[in-house]
Amino acid sequence: MSTVTSSAGKSIVEPLADEPMHHARPTSGHETDHQHHSPTPIGFWIYLMSDCIIFGALFATYAVLGYSYAGGPAPIDLFEPGFVAMETALLLFSSVTFGLAMLQADKQKVDGALMWLGVTALFGIGFIAMEVYEFNHLIHLGAGPDRSAFLSAFFALVGTHGLHVTFGLVWLFTLMAQIKMHGLIPANMQRLGTLSMFWHFLDLIWIGVFSFVYLVRLV
Amino acid sequence: MADHTAHSHGTMGQLMIGFALAAILTIIPFYLIMAEVDLPRTTLIAWIMGLGAVQIIVHLVFFLHVNKSAEEGWTLSATIFSVVILVIVLAGSLWVMHNMNENMMPMHEMDQQIEQMKSLQSQQG
Repeated sequence: MSTVTSSAGKSIVEPLADEPMHHARPTSGHETDHQHHSPTPIGFWIYLMSDCIIFGALFATYAVLGYSYAGGPAPIDLFEPGFVAMETALLLFSSVTFGLAMLQADKQKVDGALMWLGVTALFGIGFIAMEVYEFNHLIHLGAGPDRSAFLSAFFALVGTHGLHVTFGLVWLFTLMAQIKMHGLIPANMQRLGTLSMFWHFLDLIWIGVFSFVYLVRLV
Repeated sequence: MADHTAHSHGTMGQLMIGFALAAILTIIPFYLIMAEVDLPRTTLIAWIMGLGAVQIIVHLVFFLHVNKSAEEGWTLSATIFSVVILVIVLAGSLWVMHNMNENMMPMHEMDQQIEQMKSLQSQQG
């Protein structure tokens, strides 16, 4: 990949205004080192870890309040394992298609990368649509977040995850437009790498959700 | 260089191994619930949570490419640090709240106590 970046990148990088700033290094040999010395990946990873702790607090809330039904419905009355399995499959497939998009981008194949990113977006939209349907359904049943502490904790945790996926989709569409306009320039490659971390991270959080929020409560 | 790049974005092989493992680790817990497998409650819960934990590690290794060499080890350090924080937050919350529930007076006992206090006060007054 590094050889491709250096040959394709050298001509494009110079006039590009929005190329992220790195530490003051001489521009010679900059492109080859670029992937490895940019502070963005580790900085974004630290953001993700702090996000992980936010989710940890929400999981802890659910663990503590998850049995306080206030005479209302319990998980066994509300959760449908087949439905959750479908949501899980959509998110896992979207993770894999994002990986395929990254591999295409590494080979500087714009069309292939855009195609797989489009497929990723479709899976993501499918997931969000199912979640919106589920929330709507629960609220109609009278099992909204105001019903019991269990449901407040459930909506807070699953809703926060859903919001993250929604913002991931906004980011995905923006980046697809950027790639269409400017191609797979180093700046876009870096953005793609960062979004890739975000997207896989959301799938990782979902493992906790389907295991701990849904399945364990249906035993 | 090529080796380093393979670490940061992965290869087709890594992606497919990750996908296969993740799929298996997802299907088993859903099967346990949907087929209503006849196992003790605690065993089922332990299986679901254990497989979830393994799948999280699979995602970290095969999709997020966390390893000892990524970012000179800082990625791994940050990850281990947040796992420590998560354990403290989760175990701590459950422990503290469980302890509090144990030591709280149950509602009906509290009502009785209040009644007794009131009758004592009225006798004195």
